[in-house]
Amino acid sequence: MARHCTVKIFVLLSLFNLSFLVSTNNIEDKAGQFFNSGHTNNWAVLVCTSRFWFNYRHVANTLSVYRSVKRLGIPDSRIVLMLADDMACNHRNPKPATVFSHKNMELNVYGDDVEVDYRGYEVTVENFLRVLTGRLPASTPRSKRLLSDDRSNILIYLTGHGGNGFLKFQDSEEISNVELADAFEQMWQKRRYNELLFIIDTCQGASMYERFYSPNLMALASSQVGEDSLSHQPDLAIGVHLMDRYTFYLLEFLEDIHPSSTTNMNQLFKVCPKSQCVSTPGHRTDLFLRDPGRVLITDFFGSVRKVEITMETINLSSPMEPLPERILSEDRQRETQYYVDQLPVSVIIHQVNTHTHTHTHTHTHTHTHTHTHTHTHTHTCTHTPLPPMFWNMFIL
Amino acid sequence: MAARRCLGLWFFLITLCVVSTGADVLHTTPVTGTESSAAGTETVVARELPEAPSDPGEHTAAEPTREGEQNDRTRGGEQTLGQPTREEEQEQEKTREGEQTPAQPTREEEEEEEEQEQTRGEEEFTREEEEEELTREEEELTTEEEELTREEEEQTREEEELTTEEEELTTEEEELTREEEEQTREEEEEQQTTAQQEEQTKRWEATELEEEHVHDAAVPPLAGDPPAADPPSPPPSKDDFQEELVIRPLHSGDIYASFQFRTVWDADFMGDQKVSHYRLFPKSLGQVITKFSVRELHISFTQGYWRTMQWGQPYLPSPPGAELWVWFQDTVTDVDGTWKELTNVLSGIFCASLNFIDSTNTVQPSASFKPLGIGNVTDHSFLRYATLPREIVCTENLTPWKKLLPCGSKAGLSVLLKSEKLFHSTFHSQAVHVRPVCQDPQCRTTSMELRQTLNVVFDLHTSGQGKREWSLFKMFSRTLTEACPLASSSKVYVDVTDNPQGEQFELSPATPLLTQAVVLGDRRTYSVYDLTQQASFGSSRSLNMLLRWKNSHNNVVPPVMLRPLLHSERYVAGYGLQAGEIHTLIYNHHPYRAFPVLLLSAVPWYLRLYIHTLTVSSKGKDNRPSYIHYQPSKDRERPHLLEMLLQLPPNSVTEVTVEFERALLKWTEYTPDPNHGFYVGSSVISALVPSVVAMDTNSTLDRPLFSSFFPCKEEASYFMRVYTEPLLVNLPTPDFSMPYNVICLTCTVVAVGYGSLYNLLTRTFQVDEPSPGLAKRIANVIRRFRGVPLL
Repeated sequence: MARHCTVKIFVLLSLFNLSFLVSTNNIEDKAGQFFNSGHTNNWAVLVCTSRFWFNYRHVANTLSVYRSVKRLGIPDSRIVLMLADDMACNHRNPKPATVFSHKNMELNVYGDDVEVDYRGYEVTVENFLRVLTGRLPASTPRSKRLLSDDRSNILIYLTGHGGNGFLKFQDSEEISNVELADAFEQMWQKRRYNELLFIIDTCQGASMYERFYSPNLMALASSQVGEDSLSHQPDLAIGVHLMDRYTFYLLEFLEDIHPSSTTNMNQLFKVCPKSQCVSTPGHRTDLFLRDPGRVLITDFFGSVRKVEITMETINLSSPMEPLPERILSEDRQRETQYYVDQLPVSVIIHQVNTHTHTHTHTHTHTHTHTHTHTHTHTHTCTHTPLPPMFWNMFIL
Repeated sequence: MAARRCLGLWFFLITLCVVSTGADVLHTTPVTGTESSAAGTETVVARELPEAPSDPGEHTAAEPTREGEQNDRTRGGEQTLGQPTREEEQEQEKTREGEQTPAQPTREEEEEEEEQEQTRGEEEFTREEEEEELTREEEELTTEEEELTREEEEQTREEEELTTEEEELTTEEEELTREEEEQTREEEEEQQTTAQQEEQTKRWEATELEEEHVHDAAVPPLAGDPPAADPPSPPPSKDDFQEELVIRPLHSGDIYASFQFRTVWDADFMGDQKVSHYRLFPKSLGQVITKFSVRELHISFTQGYWRTMQWGQPYLPSPPGAELWVWFQDTVTDVDGTWKELTNVLSGIFCASLNFIDSTNTVQPSASFKPLGIGNVTDHSFLRYATLPREIVCTENLTPWKKLLPCGSKAGLSVLLKSEKLFHSTFHSQAVHVRPVCQDPQCRTTSMELRQTLNVVFDLHTSGQGKREWSLFKMFSRTLTEACPLASSSKVYVDVTDNPQGEQFELSPATPLLTQAVVLGDRRTYSVYDLTQQASFGSSRSLNMLLRWKNSHNNVVPPVMLRPLLHSERYVAGYGLQAGEIHTLIYNHHPYRAFPVLLLSAVPWYLRLYIHTLTVSSKGKDNRPSYIHYQPSKDRERPHLLEMLLQLPPNSVTEVTVEFERALLKWTEYTPDPNHGFYVGSSVISALVPSVVAMDTNSTLDRPLFSSFFPCKEEASYFMRVYTEPLLVNLPTPDFSMPYNVICLTCTVVAVGYGSLYNLLTRTFQVDEPSPGLAKRIANVIRRFRGVPLL
């Protein structure tokens, strides 16, 4: 920390020395802004844990947050979006490929270029915890990973049906607040985040952040323990409630935010007072080191793009060496190839005869070969060992 | 918290007990196909071919149709070589006509034949003219190249004239009312018939392309590059992109739109040098192909079921849900491991749950799914096939699919791909096919072909508001304004086969270009809009085709569709939750020809097939398959695989039945919504269907994309695939709230019953004397003082 300070001071001094003509206040402001947030990249994990058509509003909740963070600059590659069911192309949806957040089909939060990373049955407690802690199988594609580091600010948004101390996934399993707190601690120990903003919209949502104990966490919930979170925006054409109250007003709040706005977290805490929400939204900041009044909304909902403008001309037209023309040598000239018969009747029947009569034929050899393949696969299929906390999910 | 854990433990133990006992019970049940062959060996049954239908070769040789068509085919060849006189050709064509008419008893209508003859007459006429042109061109070609260029100039001049004429036409049309239009068109037609040397208003585009053939034969070193392209540019463009949209009005009133985007690249992905400079080919796919040594990759995402009996055959078949099949290079050692990794990567690329493909739903067909690209080796140990019948398809799958296109969704035909309209349809299917194709006619070198296809059927009532009237705007809520600038060809085809004279529907703006293509064993006629020509867009600078049926209001029944020669049905029979029977019906509607089909069905392990109950019958008689490949399942490891080669007798229904038993799953193996049921993927029927017309066997020719997907080896038959319906089967599902009830009950019993008994048994009973009252105590104190015995 001390070294940081000295660096800061040194840079400030050098800046101060270099430009006498510019007013000192301006420089300090700019430098202050530059060093204010300690993160270099932004990530978002947005999860809807509810299945079935009547939970349309939960998908709409998640998608509205998705829309906001995407609008404020977090690219799809840094958003892990988990939707437990397909509402947009559900057969009951009167307007396919849309999910609306407002009545009368005013705002389509699904958009035309959404990328859902985990969907349907993939949204499980196990997968969610694996994404957070980074313990995924080796072949998992990048789009399904949370590749954050210790300079990342992460927004985690959860919505679904919950109770005191748990949140249901897909109506068949639960994640408890202890598991969640342990996962965040593991993330902290593995230096997977710089600061983390946790938002949950569910009944008794405040119970989910009670057990947190890792540093640099800020948490918001739609309702206190003992309270229900309520839905909003019933739509007669679609036939369900479109949004939950808390996220609806959160979306309204976020729609006014633009990438350079200076709105801070204290204003976020005031979103959806009890008069609008019916439930009492809660927040927790004791684990967070900075003053929430100095934390910008865009520190979590936007993307950091520290751009340095240079006045120097950079010449990019370096002489590109043309690739040596690949000459097809004679050995590369293969024999004449042809399209295979799609249904070679005689060959197929012949194949049978070799099978049944001669066991030493090459055909049988190839088949035994394939068997060993399947065998080895099933036996050597190893998973990365789970931490003990994963066993908790079987205990209800 | 402790209490909850306690409860949880109880729950866990109880369910474990329940599940394990259930499983035990199942395991002890006798017989069953799987149990008897539980060693896991494949059982391959060999039987000889049924004698009756005999092999298709003899049949075809005996038929007059095919001879005629051979004539038809050879006509092109002769023309290129010997250039026969026109009289000869006419004779040939006459004979063709004479022979073709008896060859079409499938087409039930005789009145239509007359119309056909009429139209054919006209076609002949136009074709003759075209042939004249061709012969002229050939002469010039053979002379010198200078003349070629001169002719090209002429051609362009002609085209310019044409375009100007077209523009005039369109403006006229705008001004004229519809009736007047018809009148003028009739007049034009009359003019055509009378004055032969006048400019045509309808020009035939050659798709069978004798023209191109000549080029290939005469100037082989040009290798694919159209000679009209700029010859001075030294590096020949190694990649090429084409886009195409086919619109087929269906007899049910619905409309079928099929997009195809093809990128061909002469890169050698398996070569020593790494492919790193991508232009038109998507890099994300190219890297996957290189990394996993993929030889062929076919992936499709489909929502809805293709209704063959209502709509006819699709250009590219696909089963509901997701389908993936991959041929790996023979250098791959661990095919299963590579397959698993590949599915994971593809799930990331296409935003789909393809990572659910594992050994329990992957099969390795022994005879189906031969490679569609070129390649001489077909060792089926490098093939993997899997379907996910429940996979949903939505915008998130379309977005990455569109990103693979060179123009994205910014220009060209892909601007029409808006998810709100595409998914508001009865059938939607998008696919990616990667395969090696011939680069030159000799097929010595290969190039990689990426075909992206998207098929959609818009419903007459939901999308069309019940009116038989379609336009591009109505279908896609967009119109076309330009071709993709990177595309070498960009065309829109409208199937007008049933509408040769414009009597069924009216197509506007009218296009002067017509083409014919042999597709799915039928010769179809298409109106062509070439988007690379500015004239296609007319004066409004946007193309919005309008298809208006003429008799839509006065209930005139549209012509009946030809019955598809092959289609199938599948369903589950039986009652209860223990046993059942899968019925597969395969229809051969051909009146007198038998043909072979290969049936593949992969059934998940939790439906235990009783293979000894397998029966195949057609026309009430036992139909013995000439080839059966059956691989029994292993619980939680691999599915059943059943492949059969059947000969379908003419005009028959072949029924394949097999009984099965439902297995009990473990508690954790159930899906979150188990009462929805479990899906069994579509069966696949691959067939060699006898063709009405001669198929085009030359694979190197340029043909419209929609007719050139399946390679064709013989003229008399064509290859096609039909997918059956997926099955939805209910498994015995426990009441998942039952454990909670059990816990409550057990706790009560334990607390009340056992607790009180335990209490009774462990308590020591002591007789406790009640303390005497105050008066008595005082009395006793007094008595003690007095020395009198106490009370």
